Amino acid sequence: MGFADADLAAIWLTLRLAGVTTALLLLTGTPIAWWLARTRSGWKGPVGAVVALPIVLPPTVIGFYLLLAMGPHGPVGQLTQSLGLGTLPFTFWGLVVASVFYSMPFVVQPIQNAIEALGERPLEVAATLRASPWDCFWSVVLPQARPGFLTAGILGFAHTVGEFGVVLMIGGNIPGVTRVVSVQIYDHVEALEYAEAHWLAAAMVIFSFLVLLALYTLNPTGRRK
Amino acid sequence: MSHIHARFKLDWPGFSLDVDLDLPARGVTALFGHSGSGKTTLLRCIAGLERAPGGYVAIDGEVWQDADRFLPTHQRPLGYVFQEASLFQHLSARGNLEYGRKRAKGVMGRAALDHVIELLGIGALLERRPDQLSGGERQRVAIARALAVKPRLLLMDEPLAALDLARKQEILPYLERLHDELEIPILYVSHSPDEVARLADHIVVMQAGRSVASGPLVETLARLDLPIRLGEDAGVVLDAVVEERDTQWQLARAAFASNADASVWVRDGGHAIGHRVRVRILARDVSLALTRHSGTSIQNILPGVVAELADDTHPALALVRINVGGAALVARLTRRSAHDLGLTPGSIIYAQIKAVALIG
Repeated sequence: MGFADADLAAIWLTLRLAGVTTALLLLTGTPIAWWLARTRSGWKGPVGAVVALPIVLPPTVIGFYLLLAMGPHGPVGQLTQSLGLGTLPFTFWGLVVASVFYSMPFVVQPIQNAIEALGERPLEVAATLRASPWDCFWSVVLPQARPGFLTAGILGFAHTVGEFGVVLMIGGNIPGVTRVVSVQIYDHVEALEYAEAHWLAAAMVIFSFLVLLALYTLNPTGRRK
Repeated sequence: MSHIHARFKLDWPGFSLDVDLDLPARGVTALFGHSGSGKTTLLRCIAGLERAPGGYVAIDGEVWQDADRFLPTHQRPLGYVFQEASLFQHLSARGNLEYGRKRAKGVMGRAALDHVIELLGIGALLERRPDQLSGGERQRVAIARALAVKPRLLLMDEPLAALDLARKQEILPYLERLHDELEIPILYVSHSPDEVARLADHIVVMQAGRSVASGPLVETLARLDLPIRLGEDAGVVLDAVVEERDTQWQLARAAFASNADASVWVRDGGHAIGHRVRVRILARDVSLALTRHSGTSIQNILPGVVAELADDTHPALALVRINVGGAALVARLTRRSAHDLGLTPGSIIYAQIKAVALIG
């Protein structure tokens, strides 16, 4: 025995969601982390707090507001409709948008910490060696802060895989579209299909353990420096 | 002749910088002063690492910054050596050298790069990573890295300050070689009179964000009215030529003026006759006498004329500038001795020099 087709579909959907979300998070989170790490602006505190909100808020709260915003009467919904994209809730891309918000702090904070730990000096050195800021980012910041980026990617991916509340609020439970592993397990349990639930739940435990193991062995903070 | 022109005005809380400097774009110019005097800030402004609105920098008439434009650091043709070597940890020593070299306009040729590597004695270190190098080796790689971009101006911010005495002694000869062999003008920030005496041709004395004295090193150090008190380090530096070597006693005679009397015996540093050397004579090592004494251990007794007397740091002490065959020496005496000897400008005296340091 093993996974039913519906389970495999849920696993595949989850991995796809987490992959796309992680890619988008690294693209959007890096500039935010860069700004947070280097700014002397008074906005650093408020922006940092907003980014960190998902750590403390119940997922249902985030899901609720995102649902309103992306719904047919919300500002984001109005925008997507006027662009001919329809509305985002109960679609795969709706889940992606919600996940990006939900997992943002897990990506921004490791990158921000790594850039802060790097300090100004390597950037100044690069500038005196003719590297433009863009060049410096790729040739100095990225290689030197690589552990931070690696941590960010792994945490963003794992956290997205593990989300449940936001998915239910935004995505509902549409097979192949928004029914991710955590929702599938919930369904199994509701239907008293404990054996199926066991398989998926055990898979999640193993996956999470491997992710954290990778995090702690590939990236042993403290040994470097 | 080419010039470095730098003008900056900064007003930060608790610190201000207000300088307008016209420096020769050749040799080593020391920016000398106590910590907090603004010398590093000035260097950073010249490099564009610090934004100073309204500032002006031009090298040989090529403007890097004025009211309308601000060339970012990476577009200024300079080299910069920081206090800590700051090598890129993810690159080998060679990778560090190549980083700037391949980005610079007018890439330094292989032969020239090899010369720089040889000059700094880092040939055997190139494949090592920064954490496998000693502090002194790291700083030598950092200096080579700055030279490999073929800078038109080399800025050095206390490159020895983070090193212990032994490492300093290890690097100073390399810096002297740079000075002797390279055409690149160097601005060298330092608070160490010893480094300045060994390396600089020109000195800018900084105090509280202002330039309080600027001029050729030899003349400036001989001034008694320097606004910055050097205390035990007060003294002169003389450019001299080795004229005679005494193999029996391992001494060499260094002449610092055409006058036959104007020379001192120093420990033989192995320099050939005719070689240019620099000697440093501290004011505390010079005493004065009205007649030439015999029966003394002092070997260097030079006839001279008192040129100027001035107060020193302590009210009991005075500084006396003496003209010896056209060159200036400075002696430190108690004011009572000066009074007892009846010293006034024009007095004929003998300068007894207890110690002379040959500094390259």
